[in-house]
Amino acid sequence: MATTVVRPHTRRPMQTMQNRWERPLLVLLVVIVSAVIALPFAWMIVTSLKPDLREVYIYPPRWIPSTLAWWNYVIAWNSAPFERYLFNSVFVAGSVTALQIINGCLCAYVFSRIHFPGRDALFLIFLAVLMIPSQVTVVPVYIILSRLDWLNTYWALILPFAATAFGTFLIRQSFLSVPDDLADAAVIDGASHLQILRHVMIPLSKPMIITFALLSFNWRWNDYFWVLIMTSSDYMRTLPVGIVAMRAGEEGGSNWHIMMAAAVIVIAPILALFILAQRYFIEGITRTGLKG
Amino acid sequence: MKLFVLSVYIYLRGVFLATRHFSLSQQLERVRRAGPDHRSLYWWYNRRRLTDLMTAFLFLSPSLLLFGVFVYYALGFNIYLSFTSWNFLSETKTFIGFANFERMFSDQRFWRVVFNTFYYAVGSVTLSLIFGLALALLLNCQLPWRGFFRTLIFSPYVTTIAAISLLWIWIFDPRYGLINYVLGLIGIEGPRWLTSTTWAMPALIIMNVWHTVGYCMVIYLAGLSAIPRDLHEAAAIDGAGRWAIFRYVTLPLLSPTTFFLVVTSLIGALQVFDSVAVMTRGGPVDATKVFNYYIYEQAFAFFRAGYAAAVALVLFIMILALTAIQIHLSRRWVHYQ
Repeated sequence: MATTVVRPHTRRPMQTMQNRWERPLLVLLVVIVSAVIALPFAWMIVTSLKPDLREVYIYPPRWIPSTLAWWNYVIAWNSAPFERYLFNSVFVAGSVTALQIINGCLCAYVFSRIHFPGRDALFLIFLAVLMIPSQVTVVPVYIILSRLDWLNTYWALILPFAATAFGTFLIRQSFLSVPDDLADAAVIDGASHLQILRHVMIPLSKPMIITFALLSFNWRWNDYFWVLIMTSSDYMRTLPVGIVAMRAGEEGGSNWHIMMAAAVIVIAPILALFILAQRYFIEGITRTGLKG
Repeated sequence: MKLFVLSVYIYLRGVFLATRHFSLSQQLERVRRAGPDHRSLYWWYNRRRLTDLMTAFLFLSPSLLLFGVFVYYALGFNIYLSFTSWNFLSETKTFIGFANFERMFSDQRFWRVVFNTFYYAVGSVTLSLIFGLALALLLNCQLPWRGFFRTLIFSPYVTTIAAISLLWIWIFDPRYGLINYVLGLIGIEGPRWLTSTTWAMPALIIMNVWHTVGYCMVIYLAGLSAIPRDLHEAAAIDGAGRWAIFRYVTLPLLSPTTFFLVVTSLIGALQVFDSVAVMTRGGPVDATKVFNYYIYEQAFAFFRAGYAAAVALVLFIMILALTAIQIHLSRRWVHYQ
C-alpha cells in the first residue's frame, strides 16, 4: 500500500446491510435473551413473595402470588442476626476499600513519580502478587493469624487485603497520564510529595480511583471463601456467609420463600450500587478488563 | 496493641515530616542572603533526593510489609508445609519429604478432582465465551435501549455468588424447580440435577455461564468497538458475505480479546469455590469436588495442613504452567493489528 488514509473511527455501532425484517427480529432476539437472563431474578422475587409453603411447592409454578407476602422479608430479617451481618459486610468491605485506595495511591505515586535505583524491580514484586492465587496462601495465613490471635476478628478479614497490587497497577496507569509539568510546577512551589499527591494526582485520576473503589468493594462484599475460613462465630459473619449458614438452620432448609427473601436482602444492596454507578463499573471493566 | 498504635503514629508523623520539600523560592532567598554561594543550591538538590528516597520508603513500606507477610512469607511457608505432616495443633511439624505428593499422585480421588476442575473450567469458559461473543455481536447492532440491555445482561456478574447459589438450588429443584418446569413445557423430563452424579457438574456450569456471560459480552463489545469500520466496508465491497466477514475479518481482529478472556476466565474457573461449597459440597459422590473445595476440605475439615498445602501448591504450579503454555501457543493464533 502506497498511502494509507487515516480516518477517525467513530464509536458508533457498525451498520450492516439491513433489510426490513432484520431489525425487528434482532430486537426480538435481544428481548428474549434478556428475559432468559432476568428470569432467575424474577423467580427469586416471585418466590420470596409467596405466602406459604403450599404455594411455593406447586406444579406448574404460579407466577403471581395469591397475596403479596412482604412480611417474608421481616421473617427472614429476624431469623438470623442480619443487622450484624449487614454491619460486618459494610464495615469490612468499606475499610478494605478505603485502605486499598490509600495504599494504592501511595504506591502508585512512588512508582510513577519518584525515581530511585531498584524501583522497577520493586514494581515487579508488586505485579507478581497478582499471579499468586489465594488458595496457596490461605493455610499459612490462617496459621499466622491464629498465632497473632486474630482469627475471628476484623483484623483477619481486613488486614490481609489492605495492600493491593491490582489497585497500584491501575492507579499508576492513571498517574502516568498526568503531565509531568503539573507536578513539577508544584515542586518548584515547595509542595510536599503528600501535597502533590493530594492536590494534583488524585483529583486528576478521580474516575480511575472511583472505578477501582467500586470493583474492590464489590469483590469484598461478595467474598465467601475467606470469611468462611477465618470466622467461627455468628457475630463475625458477613452477609454471604450468614445467609448460607441460615439455610443450614431451622428457618432455612426447605422454606424457599423465606430463603429467597433473604437472598434478595443480600443481593439488593450490591445490585443497587451497580445500577447507580454502572457507568464506572462497565467502563472500568472494559478499560482494565481484569478481575483480581 | 499499644505498640501497634505507636508504630502507626510514628509512621504517620514520618510521612508528614519527611515528604516536605523546601520551595525553590525559599532557596533562592537563602542564596540571595548568603551571597553568591552555589553550595546552597547543591544542598537543595541533595535534600530533594533524600526527601524522595524517604518518601518512597514511607509510602511503600505498609504495602511491602503486608505483601511480605501475607503473600511472600505465606507462599514460602506453604511450600515448607507441603513437605510436612501437621494437624494445625501438635507442637512439631514432621518433615516427610515428598510423601504428600506421592500420596496425592497415587490417590484416585486426586485425579478425579483434577478431572472435575478441568471439566468445569473448560465447559464454563467455552460456553461463556461463545455466548458472550454472540451477545456482543447482537448488541453491537443499532438497537433501541442498547444501554439498558447491556446493563441487564451484565448485572448477574456483580451479584453475590453465595446468595445466587441458593437461588439456583431452588431453580434446579427436580420437582418444583424452574428449569425442569421449562423443560417439561418442551416435553423433556428434566434430570435430578444437583443430586445426580452426571448432571451436577453441568448444573454448576450453567449457573456460572449465566453469571459470567455479561462480563464476556462487555469485554467483547470493547473489542468490537476498536475494529475500524473501514475493514468491514472494504470486505463488503470486495463481495464478502456476512459469514465471510465475520470469519475472516471480525474474528481474527478479536483474537487478542479472546486470548485475554481465555487466560483470565480459565484462571478464575480453575479456582471455583463458592458455588460448589454452597450448591453441592463436592457431591454427590465426589462428582463436583474441585481443587479449591478439596483443599478447603483437607485443611479445615480433616485438619491435614501439610497435605492441603501440597495440593494448593500443585494447583498453583498448574495454573502458572497453563498460562505459560497459552502465552506460547497464542503466537500462532493471536493477531495484533
